[in-house]
Amino acid sequence: MKTKDITVKKGHPIKHTLSDKIFLTINWIVLTLFLIVIAYPLIFVITASFSSGTSIMSLSLLPQNPSLTGYETVFKYKDIWTGYGNSLIYMVCGTVVSLIVTTMCAYPLSRPDFKGRGPIMVMCMVTMYFSGGLIPTYLTIRELGLLQTRWSVILPGAMSVYNMIVMRTYMRNSIPLELLECSQLDGCGNIRYLMSIVLPLSGPIMAVIGLYYAVGHWNAYFDAMIYLSGSRKLYPLSLILREILVQNDANIDNLDIESLMALEERRNVMKYAVIVVSCLPVMILYPFVQKYFVKGVMIGAVKG
Amino acid sequence: MAQPNVVARKKKPLGKRIWEELRKNWGLYLLVSVPVLYLIIFKYWPMYGVQIAFRDYKVVRTIWESPWVGLKYIRKFIEYRKFWELIRNTFLISFYSLCTFPAPIVLALLLNYMPNQKFKKAVQMISYAPHFISTVVMVGILLQFLDTRSGLINVVIQAAGGKAINFMAKPQYFRTIYVLSGLWQGVGYSSIIYISALSGVSPELHEAAIVDGANILKRIWHIDLPTILPTVAILLIMNCGSMLSVGYEKIYLMQNSLNNKVSEVISTYTYKQGLASDTPQYSYGAAIGLFISFINVIMLLIVNKITGKLSGSSLF
Repeated sequence: MKTKDITVKKGHPIKHTLSDKIFLTINWIVLTLFLIVIAYPLIFVITASFSSGTSIMSLSLLPQNPSLTGYETVFKYKDIWTGYGNSLIYMVCGTVVSLIVTTMCAYPLSRPDFKGRGPIMVMCMVTMYFSGGLIPTYLTIRELGLLQTRWSVILPGAMSVYNMIVMRTYMRNSIPLELLECSQLDGCGNIRYLMSIVLPLSGPIMAVIGLYYAVGHWNAYFDAMIYLSGSRKLYPLSLILREILVQNDANIDNLDIESLMALEERRNVMKYAVIVVSCLPVMILYPFVQKYFVKGVMIGAVKG
Repeated sequence: MAQPNVVARKKKPLGKRIWEELRKNWGLYLLVSVPVLYLIIFKYWPMYGVQIAFRDYKVVRTIWESPWVGLKYIRKFIEYRKFWELIRNTFLISFYSLCTFPAPIVLALLLNYMPNQKFKKAVQMISYAPHFISTVVMVGILLQFLDTRSGLINVVIQAAGGKAINFMAKPQYFRTIYVLSGLWQGVGYSSIIYISALSGVSPELHEAAIVDGANILKRIWHIDLPTILPTVAILLIMNCGSMLSVGYEKIYLMQNSLNNKVSEVISTYTYKQGLASDTPQYSYGAAIGLFISFINVIMLLIVNKITGKLSGSSLF
C-alpha cells in the first residue's frame, strides 16, 4: 500500500493542478470530519463512564467531577462477574475448539495430492448457501441433549466454512510444495508434516482466524439466549448486558441510594462503565493482531 | 463417503485405487473426519430436519411419527394477516442497508489519495475499532445516546432550542437509526477490502494518466473504479443473496412495542412464533425459515445473472 502516493512524492516533477489541490483539500476536511464522527462516540462512552451522574449531560470529552461510582457499581454487581467468567470460558474454549476443527479441515483440503478434496469442499460450500434454519437447528441441539450445557454455545459454531477456506488458501499459497516433497522423501507422515512444518509456518493466519473466532464468541448472544435459557448460571456476559442495557433491568436497588433521581443517574453511569468493562478483552487483543487484519481480509477476497 | 466417486473416474481397479489412496493418506482422512462429522451433525442434520415444515410436529412425538400436512404451514404464513407488512419491513431494512454500499468505497478512495501516511493509518485504525463492538453493546450505546432525558443526541437538540425526541418510540426513525448505526460500525472495516483492491492498481497506469494530464477525479473514474468493479459486484451479489435474512440479532434488541410496526421482520417473527412463545410452533417456524431460504436463493440467482450481464463478473 505504500507505493500508492504517486501524486505527492516529494520532488515529483509534475505539479498538482488546481482541481487536484481542491480535491486534496476536500479530502483532508472529509477525512477529519469522518475521524471525529467515528472517534467522538467512542471517547464519549469512556468519558461518561468516569463521570458522576450529572455530568453525563454535557458534551465535553473531559469528565467533569470525575468519579468512579460507575465502576464501583459494576464491581459490586455479581452477575456481571459470573457472566464475565462464563464469557471468558466460552471465548477461550470456543476459540481453541474452532481453531483445531478448522485446521483439521483446512490442512487436508490444502493438499493438492488429497483425493477426497473435491467432495469435501462441495460438502462445506453447500452449508454456506443452505441451512436448516433456526428451528431445525434448535431441535437438533435439543435431540443431542446439549440444551442448557456449555457445549451448546461452543460446539454449534465450531467451524465457519468461510474462515476454513481463508486458512486453506493461505496454507496452499504460502507453503511451498517442495517442502512437502522433501519431507515425504525423508519419510515424514501426513500428521507429522502438519505438526512440524505446516503449523509453525501458519502463525499469521492462525492469529487472524483465532481473532475472528474469539471476537465472535465474546460478542455472541443469540445462541446463548436460545440454548441456555433458564440456566442463569451459565449466561455469558452478553446476556447479562442485554438485561442491563437493553431491558433496563439492572438490579442495583440494594445499594442504599437516597432518591429515585440518584438511582437513575447511578444507573446511567453504570451503563457506560459496563460498556467499557465488557469491551476490554477485545480492545486488549486488538493492537496485537491489528496488523494481520488486512492480510486476512485480502486472503478472504481471493478465495475460491 | 464420496471419495469412491473421485477414484472411480480412473480406469484402474477401483478397490485397489481406494485402498492405495487410503493407505497413503490415512492421516489426512483421519483429520478431515472430525470436521466432516461436525458438518453432518450440526449442519446437515438440521437440513434433514427441515421436513418438519411439511409435518405436524409436536414436542410429544418424534419427527417420523408426525403426520404429513403438505404446505399447510407455508400457506398459513402467506395467509397471515401481517404477511405483507413483514415482507415490506424486511425488504426495506435490507434495501436501505444495501444503499450504504458506496460509503466504504468512497472512504477507500479518499484514504487512497491521502498524502499524509500517518493520518491515513490513524483514520484506518480508529475506523476499524467499532466493528469489534458487540451487537448488545452497540444497541446499549444507541439507547444511551438516544435517551429522551440524558441522551447525547437529545442534549444537543435541546441545546439548539429544540424539543427532546423519544427516538426509539417513533417508528419513523427506526430504519434510519438501524442503518446509520450499522454504517458507523461497519464502514471502516468494509473499506479494507477496497483499500487492498486499490493497492493492486499498477502505478504505471497512474503515471501515464498524469502525463496525459488527467486529474485525480479522472483517474478515479477511469483507473480505480474499473479496477475494483469486480470486487464490488461480488460483494453486492452476496449481500442481495441474504436480502430476507437481515441482522435479526440487532433488530431484535432494538425492538419495543412502540416501534414494532416497522421493526418486526421475518426472522424476529420466526423466533417469536417458533421458539420464544409459550406454545412454540416448531413446524410453523421451520416453514417460515424454509420460505426465506427459498426466496434468498432465487434473489441470489437473479442478481447473479444481472451483474453477470452488466459487469461480466458473477459468483458462479
